Amino acid sequence: MIPAAFEYLRAHTADEAFAFLQQHGAEARVLAGGQSLIPAMRFRLARPAVLVDINSLNDLSYIRVDAKSLAIGAIARDADVERAPWIADRRWSLIHDASRVVADPVVRQMGTVVGSLCHNDPAGDWTAVALAARAAVVVRGKSGNRQVGIDDFLVDSFTTATGEGEMALGVVFPMPDDRTAGSYQKMERKVGDFATAAAAVQVSMNDDGTIRSAGVALSAAGPCAVRVDAAERLLAGQKPGEELIRAASDAAWHRSAPQADLRGSVDYKKHLAGVLVARGLRQALARLGVQA
Amino acid sequence: MSIQAKPLHSVGVPMKRKEDPRFIQGKGHYVDDLSFPGMLYLSLVRSTYPHAEIRSIDITEALKVPGVKAVITGKDLEAAGLGWLPTFHGFDKQMVLAIGKVLFQYQEVAAVFAETRAAAVDGAEAVQVDYAPLPVVADPFTSKADKVLLRPDRESKTNRIFHWEVGDKDGAARALASSARRIKQRVWFQRCHPAPLEPCGCVAYFDTMGRLQFHVTSQAPHVYRTALALVTGIAEDKIHVISPDLGGGFGNKVPVYPGYVCAIVGALKIGRPVKWIETRTENLTSTGFARDYHMDVEIGATADGRVTALRVATTADHGAFDAAADPSRYPAGIFGIVTGSYDFPVAYAEVDAFFTNKAPGGIAYRCSFRVTEASYAIERGMDILADELGIDAAELRRKNFIRKDQFPYPSALGFTYDSGDYHKTLDVALERIGYDALLKEQAEKRARGELMGIGLSTFTEVVGAGPSKHFDILGIRMFDSAEIRIHPTGAGIVRTGTKSQGQGHETTWAQIVAEELGLDAGAIMVEEGDTDTAPYGLGTYASRSTPVAGAAITMAARRIREKARKIAAHLLEAGEADVEWTDYRFQVKGVPARSVTMKEVAFAAYTNMAQNEPGLEATYYYDPPNMTYPNGAYVAVVDVDRETGEVKVRRFVAVDDCGTVINPMIVEGQIHGGLTEGFAMAFIQEIQYDAEGNNLSTNFTDYLVPTSLETPHWETAGTVTPSPHHPMGAKGVGESPNVGSPAAFVNAVVDALSPLGVRHIDMPMTRDKVWRAIRDAESTKG
Repeated sequence: MIPAAFEYLRAHTADEAFAFLQQHGAEARVLAGGQSLIPAMRFRLARPAVLVDINSLNDLSYIRVDAKSLAIGAIARDADVERAPWIADRRWSLIHDASRVVADPVVRQMGTVVGSLCHNDPAGDWTAVALAARAAVVVRGKSGNRQVGIDDFLVDSFTTATGEGEMALGVVFPMPDDRTAGSYQKMERKVGDFATAAAAVQVSMNDDGTIRSAGVALSAAGPCAVRVDAAERLLAGQKPGEELIRAASDAAWHRSAPQADLRGSVDYKKHLAGVLVARGLRQALARLGVQA
Repeated sequence: MSIQAKPLHSVGVPMKRKEDPRFIQGKGHYVDDLSFPGMLYLSLVRSTYPHAEIRSIDITEALKVPGVKAVITGKDLEAAGLGWLPTFHGFDKQMVLAIGKVLFQYQEVAAVFAETRAAAVDGAEAVQVDYAPLPVVADPFTSKADKVLLRPDRESKTNRIFHWEVGDKDGAARALASSARRIKQRVWFQRCHPAPLEPCGCVAYFDTMGRLQFHVTSQAPHVYRTALALVTGIAEDKIHVISPDLGGGFGNKVPVYPGYVCAIVGALKIGRPVKWIETRTENLTSTGFARDYHMDVEIGATADGRVTALRVATTADHGAFDAAADPSRYPAGIFGIVTGSYDFPVAYAEVDAFFTNKAPGGIAYRCSFRVTEASYAIERGMDILADELGIDAAELRRKNFIRKDQFPYPSALGFTYDSGDYHKTLDVALERIGYDALLKEQAEKRARGELMGIGLSTFTEVVGAGPSKHFDILGIRMFDSAEIRIHPTGAGIVRTGTKSQGQGHETTWAQIVAEELGLDAGAIMVEEGDTDTAPYGLGTYASRSTPVAGAAITMAARRIREKARKIAAHLLEAGEADVEWTDYRFQVKGVPARSVTMKEVAFAAYTNMAQNEPGLEATYYYDPPNMTYPNGAYVAVVDVDRETGEVKVRRFVAVDDCGTVINPMIVEGQIHGGLTEGFAMAFIQEIQYDAEGNNLSTNFTDYLVPTSLETPHWETAGTVTPSPHHPMGAKGVGESPNVGSPAAFVNAVVDALSPLGVRHIDMPMTRDKVWRAIRDAESTKG
């Protein structure tokens, strides 16, 4: 479990990190929490020639909530999100749930939300959460910073819209209104495992008791986390009920295209996608005091 | 847990473990902590193919890697007469480095020695091996057909390693045929791995006297010394084996591995110390695995539930070499314990073992030589029989238990069970779990379609190998030993032939000495693992330490007491016959006022011994007259989620009877650990190979070890039925929970699903598998 030789560069400012990345291009990888990258390097599955360590960039450790959004910096730890003062607010219940089941408590001390998005593991947690909550990633490129919507950001397994020499600085979650709640449902073989299947759900209600909008996404259901568009469309504008939930659940089953592995077979994972979306919707609605 | 009726002086006291402050503070001293001037690192090149001819090995590029000093291959070792290594029970041999072909994925192919660990790994990566793939035999049933001969090097041209049988074949067949009721079920105890947190490793060097100093992760240091002398031809006095602190073993650190031989050869060839520490992947893919027994269980019974016969036919997958470290006369270990806790009038068991293109091994993981497989088979079988007869599972067991007045009990398969009170142990468990209330709750839930299960396992273990007339490894009889020295101030040191890997010997052994001699257990040091200082012993595995070495300590302490009595007589100015050992001191018979403590006697042994021989030391080699037979009654309660197949272990009660308990806290800790492993095997653990022989379980993402977060809460209790032949009445306990618990979990889950018509699920009972069983049962029902 010894990585191949690599050059280690510690950046002291974001500018310096960016300069390193520009200089080394595709040879370089950003080291944030390192909870996926380091194991991959130890197995020699990843062999970056250069590591750019951004852990000294304290101005990227922020977790900020204002009237419009929640912004999480590139080296804010999962554990910091888990313990954030706003996490108990119902409107953040999707993030609340996920923050408690990402990896295990030890990994969460170092692991980062942004790092997880950039890693884009097919069975990651934050990717599905970001889809359901319609987040955007702030990417620094040659022509300055740009916001990339999460649907565009997640390109393929272990591939994102962050280009060569670019770096992700943070993620921005739009502030949900106070008639919003979510739920993250994850099935794992043991604490710390990647999801066998997972569903991220976020629901906003109208005053008339109909659903204004819904975010529904799945993890471990394809090359990377996927949005269940069909479920989102059929939920919007409808009054919640068991039939509606079943329809959303069926849509999730159809959308899920997992791979068989030691965590489970294709039909089991597809089945779970449906079950977990239904459970997520029921829990989100229950949090809003809505009888489904 | 309160097992002992009344703590004595030191035995029965839940003394805190003396070794723990060192471990908790990170001050343990492990093999990988060692460093010597000029030390090189060894990394092994391993096969990427499960079965292939080696066309060529090109080491040119490897030798160019900066820091690489040497590369050796199987041909080099063969030339030195070290190409093959005998396996421990003596029926087979194993390639040290592949010669001509590879027989399993991750098999050792070449050894690279370098200045740093990183350079060694880089060098190993640079070795070019040209393989020509051969047809793969990935399971024992394919192997049986002998279409592909895996071991042409052997005299017998078949993949069958052995056929072993015990019992009355014809009698069992007749009794089964004439039984009113009978069941038959194939159960597979899947391939698992002990996965100690510290992997295997060693440091080897030859000192200025030309002596091999060998620091190694070994559960049996003396056996290693003798085996190394036999394999390498180095005189045994020129070999010093030291096993320092071990981070777990569970049987994984019993065999001698190719990496050890390579390290020694490298140290000899290059003349510098060599360290080899395997990676997690290497540990999981190439070292001693556990189980892989496919067992056809048949039980006959009368209509009212009296068992009439047992027959078990097993197909065993031993991998590429027969490296199951069984005692030499027991190729299938102590599988004959398969009649379990029940009074079978007749029984027959057979095991057929086969080579496959998988890693070798087969008896490890907290298991007294195949006892885990046997217990699982009989405890599943009894539940299936209960289901077949419509009799409550507890009732069926009660009806068939060996009664306490039948001990010593000769079993149909040749064991003499020493003691037990199975009815009482079960009663304690059922009372503790509230069995009747649970049955009522279950009936109500079933009416509502909810899936709740209750699973029992009332197992009997056989541990403490073993009596010299039956048990040996490489011909060495399986006694164990103790040497005790009491110092002038009443402190002392005890050394044994065993080797703790976390079992707490530093505390337990001190307590035995303190109990026997009336001394302070805190002032008795325990030393193990150094073959220069410890008396010869066979090591720690198969729950043998307390039954064998614990007995040796007791007997050595009693020898000291006899010598001390002479000195006490001198101090008390009494005749030796008038001095009695009472209340942990010597006194003149009937005159409590005239007494001396052992501490006073110890001082006198060095200062005022009169005509007696100075000093206070004794050694004892203990040859156990019989095995010991711990038993237990376990109850698991589970709730199954119909929608997802998720199983929640709501409660688990474990009642163990391991005879006299020396340290109840350590015993409870052992039970917690073993139950956690049983839980793991039942639900999440399997070394999986695909049909092409590729190992899929190569790290802790794919071979799961439970953490405290998913492990159920364990409720423990005990009964005490002392062993009549062990000098302290102790039986051994380390393995009981691992042996007994898998069946309780499976019985509980199958019980939960039984209303759907499910009769059996093989381990590990993953959610996918449970969900599939529910779905299939529901679709069959329509």
